[in-house]
Amino acid sequence: MPQRQSSRTPKQPQRVRHKGQTDLSAWRKGGRIDSEKSLQNHESANNDSQEGSLDQALSYLEKVQNRVALKKNSVLQKHLDAVESTALTQGLPPEGFEILLNVALNGKFADTVNTRLLKSLIPASVIPENSVVKAVSWLCVGKCSGNIQLLFFKWLITVFDFIDRKEQLRALYGFFFFFLQDEKMCPYICHVLYLLTTKENVRPFRIRILLDLQARMGMQSHLQALLSLYKLYCPELVTITLPGKMKTYFRNSEGPWKAAIAAVRQRNQGTSPLSQAVFLGTSRPQSRKRKWNTQLIIPASSSSTNNLREDRQKNGVYLCSTNEFFPVEQLQTFPQLLQNIHRLEFPSQMGSVLTNPLLLHYMNCVKDESIYLRLYYWMGQMLQEECTWCVVDNPCEEEFRSFLETIYKSECFLQEGFSACEEFLYKTLPLWDGVNCRSEVLKLITWIPLSSSSDLKSYIYDPLAQLFFTSSIYFKCSVLESLKELLQNWLNCNVIQVDLELSSLNTTLSGLVNAVAELVHFVGWISTVGLRLERNSSFLLYFILDFYGTVCDMYLKYSLPLLIMPPAGVFYPALLSMDSVNLNQLCYIMYRYRTNLVAAKENEVTKKQMMQFKFSDQTYQEYNQYLTAMVGCLWTSSAFQKDIHPQGLCMDDELLSKTAVKEVKTSFNIVYHPAMMGYSIKFLQQICPDEPTFNFKLIKGKKWDWYLEYLYSQGLKGLKVFIESSISRVSQASRRKAENAEP
Amino acid sequence: MAARRGPARGPTGARFERRRRAAAAMAEEPPEDGAARTLPSLRQLSRGLPFGRSHGRLGISASGRLTLPALCSQENLDAQKTAFVLRKAWTLYSVTPLYGFRRGCLRDYARLLSAFIAAEKQKGLAVEVGVELDIKVALSSLADLRGSELDQAGLLVQLSSRSRASSRNSEDKLLWSGWFCSMFGDDLSENVPENFTCLPLFLTHGAESYTALVGSWFQKTFDCCFRRLAISPLNLSWMVAMWAGYKLERAASAVELVFSMPRLSHPLDISYAIHPEDAKALWDTVQKTPGEITQGEVAIFMDCLYAHFHRHFKIHLSAAKLVKVSTGIASAHCDGIVKILHSQYLPGVLMLLTELAISQIQ
Repeated sequence: MPQRQSSRTPKQPQRVRHKGQTDLSAWRKGGRIDSEKSLQNHESANNDSQEGSLDQALSYLEKVQNRVALKKNSVLQKHLDAVESTALTQGLPPEGFEILLNVALNGKFADTVNTRLLKSLIPASVIPENSVVKAVSWLCVGKCSGNIQLLFFKWLITVFDFIDRKEQLRALYGFFFFFLQDEKMCPYICHVLYLLTTKENVRPFRIRILLDLQARMGMQSHLQALLSLYKLYCPELVTITLPGKMKTYFRNSEGPWKAAIAAVRQRNQGTSPLSQAVFLGTSRPQSRKRKWNTQLIIPASSSSTNNLREDRQKNGVYLCSTNEFFPVEQLQTFPQLLQNIHRLEFPSQMGSVLTNPLLLHYMNCVKDESIYLRLYYWMGQMLQEECTWCVVDNPCEEEFRSFLETIYKSECFLQEGFSACEEFLYKTLPLWDGVNCRSEVLKLITWIPLSSSSDLKSYIYDPLAQLFFTSSIYFKCSVLESLKELLQNWLNCNVIQVDLELSSLNTTLSGLVNAVAELVHFVGWISTVGLRLERNSSFLLYFILDFYGTVCDMYLKYSLPLLIMPPAGVFYPALLSMDSVNLNQLCYIMYRYRTNLVAAKENEVTKKQMMQFKFSDQTYQEYNQYLTAMVGCLWTSSAFQKDIHPQGLCMDDELLSKTAVKEVKTSFNIVYHPAMMGYSIKFLQQICPDEPTFNFKLIKGKKWDWYLEYLYSQGLKGLKVFIESSISRVSQASRRKAENAEP
Repeated sequence: MAARRGPARGPTGARFERRRRAAAAMAEEPPEDGAARTLPSLRQLSRGLPFGRSHGRLGISASGRLTLPALCSQENLDAQKTAFVLRKAWTLYSVTPLYGFRRGCLRDYARLLSAFIAAEKQKGLAVEVGVELDIKVALSSLADLRGSELDQAGLLVQLSSRSRASSRNSEDKLLWSGWFCSMFGDDLSENVPENFTCLPLFLTHGAESYTALVGSWFQKTFDCCFRRLAISPLNLSWMVAMWAGYKLERAASAVELVFSMPRLSHPLDISYAIHPEDAKALWDTVQKTPGEITQGEVAIFMDCLYAHFHRHFKIHLSAAKLVKVSTGIASAHCDGIVKILHSQYLPGVLMLLTELAISQIQ
């Protein structure tokens, strides 16, 4: 190609045309004769007639020697029509651009023809860079009018992303820059330059020229755009503050092509390359006027202006060291992140990462203390300054809410709490009324890092307990939900950490165990009191059992050598609960406790792991007591006799007889339990539909087994696993016992 | 889980109460010759809570403070170089540590800041960095304004308008000045990594609009946060007690306390002026522990003043809000405005303000 390119200098138009002619004649001939050659050059050979006429048109246009007027020239008219119709329907093949650009810009035709030609330059696939470079060289000879030049630049902007390569075009940067002086052309040239500029192009002399232009023409959005791009690359050379309002920096430029390109693309089933977005560091619109230093607005990502030290210290050889940095403003897509991850720098204000998922990804990869410290200071100050329940006369709760929400989302993304946020909670929870930004605060609590227990107690648990006892049931449930998530976050972190660093396990594992134990005991305590305050509300109980759903599996699921049984104040209300959902959940939890304890016992025996941790006998004892109570209550109808828990249901016969309840003994098993009564009635209706009164005594023997199957089929999976694991081994005996017990 | 990563995440170190620590230091090791002895021992103390959050940061004060003359002798300060500080009303801000600040680049910073100010003033017009602009910016180090070895030298920022009409050597008119400083700010500086510069106290004099411009440039460039530093009535009472006790050679102005009565439809201020010698005499009877001042002593001092006032006017000043104190050393307003009058006690005043700034940051 270099040979052809050099031959195309405007000084030797003859040779140029000659050479082009031979090339094209071969191509055209092939097209006409429909030989194999045409297939080489054409993407599709099925549109013979149109192809043919396009070929003819191109070869005609190529051969035109003298100025030709469109009027009275039906041949030219015909060929123009052919070019236009092909362009609009299929787009033009890559080879066509060189010829058409040549003709349109060399001044042979009148402007009306040139305009029509330029307007029909719609690419079918790509545009060869060469053709554009040659077209630019025509501009130098000044053969075409200003209007045509303008139209060419508009076209160039629109089709920029279709040009196959851009190296040579970038080499013409200085040439384009020269065109800035033309006042009419200036906006379009700015746009072209905006698309071409790289850091190397930003030079002091260019800045000075642009500033001269600015001085001459005043505030122009196209100059602003180009200058702010310059600032982005070289903040140490030029600076600009864009006015607050967002506006279009390059209007225009769509020209007549955009719609046609889209249509052609759609027809050819291709997706158009993403046109380069104009991103400028405008300040985000502020909701209201605020003080300069108290803006809760999270700063926009902008690259650091603080690079000049680099140039300074590594002078000379390393002068372009800052070129290596990829400006964060230009980071728009995940592939970009992957390509530039080695030369990315955090934005000048770390706070901006919160709203930028790509930077959060990057943050996850970079282990640098200073980024956390910067974020810590910024976030800490923002939270303190804006906290709606600590700062008097702070009317902007909505803003603060969304700020907290943003923090929470970032924490979820990073799977890690921010220390500034932790501190903020420590400081302000004691002052919190439980109403302000409720859901946001409760969410943030879930990411409090594991910490020393005395701190947690005095700054988190105590204030939360106060609010818990004095607030509505909904608040209670939300607190329990948060604490469950907090527990899960701790446990998850632990699992990950165990994998990562086994060395420091011993010391910190005990810390984790203590903290988790304290949290579980705390929840046990507030749950007991809460249930009493809310009269054993099923709704509250549901959330409590949900929490224990995590607790009962800590040993197996999270390899934490810790199991804590729920307190009697939770267990018994659940066991005697009026609804089957909670009873079923309790059964499931007890089943998981059993599985965990059995596994722990086995490990203890085989002395495999975690020797230093052994569940205390008290845990087993407590479990067994609960189990006895449950079996008595659900299976053997001996709830009042067998329960040996000190806070349990055990009662003298004498006392029971005073209650004057008939058949006291049988009032608790899976048939008579208040939570199960609905099922047993439905079951009886199904097996004896004609019986008007419900004879519960019928459910025994084989029907007892049917009844169990019926219960399982109703979705009581927890009950199923519990009965199958804890009762099956003694089932025969106990059933016999149960049958005997019934009169 | 910060615990496992060690001290990497967040400044988990010394966030314990400086005053209490000072008290503890005094208890451990009685000062023999003032600053030289006491300060190192301050640093040796434990780093406090593992997840260190200082207790009582929300206004609950702690027990003791070192007295200031003991810490800093006046030879440390060149009176000439710090003269600009005196007798001007300074508005106080706290500043989080500056990230990536280079002392060697002050001239570049000045050029960037001056271009930034010009660009902000004419929004939408680009400004070349380094050309002469209407507002000249000068950044300089205040090597004298520091207390301990860990403190960074102060940093002075001055904006002046270039006098266009007259010749070059005519004086530029000073428009605004502000300075960063750290006076015994070890609590903060000993815990931050190298690429952070701790200058927690920022004082400005001049139009708020310039403060905003300079402040936002620093925020953007060094990723720091500025917050107004208000002074609580409790800290004002500390100030008046401490300052009342200092010796002054010249005849000093009266010690004055201004109270504002809360919940009135019309603002009502009560000004309570005491002869400086009387105030000092009272303080000397109250102050017992050498080299240290305790919260209890300050409370007694204030109670005496309140009792005296009540005897004469039957007004309980303790029910009013202390909004301003002024002494021969300095005056301070609760909105965070101070005026320092006496260069001899400049380090002492700045140390107290640095401490307040740090407690607002941490």
